[in-house]
Amino acid sequence: MSPVLGAALDRVDGRAKVTGAARYSGELNLPNLAHAVLVGARVPSGRIIGIDCRQASVADGVLTVLTHLDLPRVAARPKLFPSLFGLTAHGQSFFPMQDDVVHYAGQPVAMVVADTVERAEHAATLVQVNYAETPSVTLLDQGRDQTYEPAKIFGGLLPGRNPTRGDPEAGLRDAAVRLDVTYRFAANHQNPIEPSTTTAVWDDLDRLTLHDATQGPTATQLSVAELLGLPPTMVRVVSHYVGGSFGAKALIWAHPTLAALAARRVGRPVRLVLSREQMFHSCGHREEQEQRIGLGADRDGRLGALRHDKTSLTSHYDDWAETSLEAPAVMYAAATYAGGYRLARGNTITPTFTRGPGAATGMFALESAMDELAYEIGVDPLELRLRNHTDVDPSTGNPWSSKGLRECYQRGAELFGWSGRDPRPGARRDGDWLVGTGMASAAYPVAAPMNPQRARARMYADGSAVVEAGISEFGTGALTAMTQVAADGLGLPFDRVRFVGGTTDLPNIAAAVGSAGSGATSSAVHLASTGLRDQLVGQAVADARSPLHNADPAGIVVRDGRMCLRDSPQTGETYVELLRRNHMPDVEALGVWQPTPPDGGGHGMFTFGAQFAEVAVDADLGLVRVRRLVGVFAPGRVLNRRTAHSQLMGGMLWGLGQALLEATRMDPHTGRWANASLADYLVPVNADVPDITIDTIEVPDSVVNPLGVKGVGEIGIVGTSAAIANAVHHATGRRIRHLPITVEDLL
Amino acid sequence: MRPVSYSRVADVATAIGTVAADPDSTFLAGGTTEVDLQRIHVARSKRLVDINDLPLRQVEELPGGGVRIGAVARMSDVAQALPVRRRFPMVSEALLLGASPQLRNMASIGGNLMQRTRCGYFRDVAAPCNKREPGTGCAAMTGVNRGHAVLGTSEYCIATHPSDLAVALVALDAVVLTQGPAGHRQIPADDFYPMPGETPDREHPVAHGELVVAVEIPPLPMASTSNYLKVRDRESYEFALASAAVAVSLDAGVVTDVRLALGGVATKPWRARRAESVLVGAPATVESFRAAADAELADAVSHGMNAYKIELGRRTIVRALRTVTGDARMVSDDGNPP
Ligand SMILES: Cc1cc2nc3c(=O)[nH]c(=O)nc-3n(C[C@H](O)[C@H](O)[C@H](O)COP(=O)(O)OP(=O)(O)OC[C@H]3O[C@@H](n4cnc5c(N)ncnc54)[C@H](O)[C@@H]3O)c2cc1C
Ligand code: SF4
Repeated sequence: MSPVLGAALDRVDGRAKVTGAARYSGELNLPNLAHAVLVGARVPSGRIIGIDCRQASVADGVLTVLTHLDLPRVAARPKLFPSLFGLTAHGQSFFPMQDDVVHYAGQPVAMVVADTVERAEHAATLVQVNYAETPSVTLLDQGRDQTYEPAKIFGGLLPGRNPTRGDPEAGLRDAAVRLDVTYRFAANHQNPIEPSTTTAVWDDLDRLTLHDATQGPTATQLSVAELLGLPPTMVRVVSHYVGGSFGAKALIWAHPTLAALAARRVGRPVRLVLSREQMFHSCGHREEQEQRIGLGADRDGRLGALRHDKTSLTSHYDDWAETSLEAPAVMYAAATYAGGYRLARGNTITPTFTRGPGAATGMFALESAMDELAYEIGVDPLELRLRNHTDVDPSTGNPWSSKGLRECYQRGAELFGWSGRDPRPGARRDGDWLVGTGMASAAYPVAAPMNPQRARARMYADGSAVVEAGISEFGTGALTAMTQVAADGLGLPFDRVRFVGGTTDLPNIAAAVGSAGSGATSSAVHLASTGLRDQLVGQAVADARSPLHNADPAGIVVRDGRMCLRDSPQTGETYVELLRRNHMPDVEALGVWQPTPPDGGGHGMFTFGAQFAEVAVDADLGLVRVRRLVGVFAPGRVLNRRTAHSQLMGGMLWGLGQALLEATRMDPHTGRWANASLADYLVPVNADVPDITIDTIEVPDSVVNPLGVKGVGEIGIVGTSAAIANAVHHATGRRIRHLPITVEDLL
Repeated sequence: MRPVSYSRVADVATAIGTVAADPDSTFLAGGTTEVDLQRIHVARSKRLVDINDLPLRQVEELPGGGVRIGAVARMSDVAQALPVRRRFPMVSEALLLGASPQLRNMASIGGNLMQRTRCGYFRDVAAPCNKREPGTGCAAMTGVNRGHAVLGTSEYCIATHPSDLAVALVALDAVVLTQGPAGHRQIPADDFYPMPGETPDREHPVAHGELVVAVEIPPLPMASTSNYLKVRDRESYEFALASAAVAVSLDAGVVTDVRLALGGVATKPWRARRAESVLVGAPATVESFRAAADAELADAVSHGMNAYKIELGRRTIVRALRTVTGDARMVSDDGNPP
């Protein structure tokens, strides 16, 4: 591998972004552009018994007002399916404005299209909707007595109950030390800074172009095509820059299709931008939930039993739960295990992915419980983790594809200064502040798309290369990292390679979700680039005029665009010489990666890490302020140390937000979110951000994908909230079993 | 579209005349409240009269130790003004702990005093709210009311007044100077904010077309060591869960004079007169502070999620008093650090 792989290079799109040259989906100024604004249901449950659009229709600039009475029926009922498959990826099994039923507050009930966005917004306020409201369930407590165990969750892909190991009830019964605790979690929203946006344009030949803010251009293409009854060939999606997503744009919701329908109706390009408030009920969220953990251990803390049950709220038509049991089930060597999901149906949009889906809550529960156990038996929390460390995937007995967790613990403990910690709660004081430290393990599954992933590499006769795959750049640094992968594979300098993504015209890649994006894309890009390199090397050795004629390709290396013999580097020639001599304008290769099957071909595939936190709690006022965070992760290969660092730090700050601030609060009477704005839904600000230290342990992994990339998008958030809550306990002696932890919990 | 007209005026008389003549008009200063509320259809003025060019930007020292602050002076400028920092640090702190640097660079003193509650239901036109639409009810009463008031509430409204500055001004007995079609008025800051009672829609005594022109803070020597304590969920860019503006004068460890006002816990910037009367003549000990805090919150009423604010309010008072009287000297009677 060349040094370009992993180097902390500047973002290739950094300049475009900071100068405003980068164009986002809602920023295109197309001629004749019209604007659509959605009207959301004010009630969470019931029927529409009347819609009066007369005033809205005659308001200045209004082109049309659509309701369930006149919006065309969609060609297929959408079916929720995770986008990792690269198939249609509807966020929920429901499409609005097809009938008069209201399933959740904010569900679109009308759409106004006007010549300016202000006029459309105004006319939207003039649409009068009358509802026959019916009783609703919008809180877990309201649906608690009617929960059920779903046969399957997650779009039918996962069982509602994890495979049981051994006899956990006996394991718990016979354990010397038992713990049975329940943790509660507020609903969370992703809140990317760019709201979801689609600009829809039909051309003269009835082909549709969608400029869409999405994590997966192909997912948008296939999903919208299905709803419109069009072949995918008639739908093109462009998505160069996306202003953050965090799961909000991972699946495809109603708005791109609504924008397309509006554009068709008015015969003009239409832009639809969700308002900040609409972002809270238009693209899913992390559901309100409760998790119960049963631990059985011997006096030394070795786990004999783990029971993990989750209860959460889902929609009327989908059995969705974020997969909170997945990582905890394999974290420790518990001899017996049981875990399952229970759901309550409620008046909500189907919940969805939110950064660190599943693991962010599941590992909070497990790692809080482990801390409780450590105190129960009087063992250092880190030592307890080490005693339960497992060298095999306990759910299958298979080896890990790679792990690195012991190294993470060790490095994290050093960086943090964990050893010698006085375990007594409430023992350290700094003025009015009680100071405490805590730690937690982190784990996140390494997912891979199920279908082949493709990229194309083309080299021109001047030795420059373009590598393409249909991904969008939503802030992760993918364009930069993929340029590095391509430069490495081709043996070219970084600045001779351009990586292009952002449209469905390019080779198909599944949506970048679940930290699988860099693994999938880097694999395809690596195979395309090395394929092209091998093709050129092959051509050189076959070329009688080449200095490399008849050489063994295995003995040839490429550096800075020059192929040469490894053992006698003076023998060789450049790509340019080869191509010019043969009068070739360019050469091209397709890279196709057939992903590793979900069972890793007999391996457990997870990313691991260790989190440490120091907090100060104002003894009187209950304020919690995080002073230090240390996170050490083993994400396989790091493609760009700078963007990886940013991703991990962002994740840890999300964990801080989850721990202390983030909660979407449901009004129990109106059934609407009561704080659907960024002034009321609190996320950390710079002043909340502590001293953060991040390190990575690069363990080789030859199983997950060709470059051994496990991803950094989610693992940073996992465990942070538990480390913080454990530190709060250490500071105060109080065990807070819900998130977020706020002032009132500590008075 | 709802048409909104905009004009910029350069003198006070025109500003007053223009707004007074049109019942659908209003003053626009920094716009950090007004434009927000227009966009969410809570404010529905059809004419915005921009007052930023009015010659009301100065911060002046008054003879005897007071300060006069022009109504369109920026929060950030006032916070940095030397007379304010020297004589009334609690004012400077209250300003600097409010909003964000960007907002403070735009927001004016008059606008700050006139800002509307942050109650989420007030801002959601689909929700019942007596303040926004009298007679419709109060969704906060049994709703999400973690941020709501425990003092000065009525069965009609429990919303807090959000201004930090106003808390300091009420503590300092500041006076709001206005000018309107009916002439000049001087309104004590405490009277500027009525309790909600049965008419939470009546938020201040300012008539339509009446302009806040300045705020005057009278001399108060002990305020030169005053402070403002703000308790909030995050470190910046967030309103108070509880706050206290406090100035104390001590003689041989005994409180001879005190000013105390609370924010975040009350429906108006809350002058803590009960606490003040407990404190005057009492030794400056944590016990006295606790007694004062208990007296002040004795009649507090909570509505579910905001129950914690009663205790938080007490502790905020104690902490603010401890801080302003100097922690170092303070040891409680039981010998423990407070
Ligand atoms: C996100 C956010 C966070 C905030 N956090 C805080 C905080 O922590 N603490 C805090 O105290 N404040 C906070 N604020 C409120 C902010 O301080 C006020 O919005 C600001 O002070 C209003 O001043 P303005 O000049 O922008 O007023 P405008 O928005 O222009 O006007 C507000 C109202 O006052 C009226 N008005 C303005 N000037 C006059 C005048 N001279 N005479 C009569 N009427 C007048 C206007 O007609 C309007 O009704 C926050 C605001 C936001 C948006
Ligand atoms: S508390 Fe006041 S402002 Fe809030 S909903 Fe009730 S009446 Fe309206």
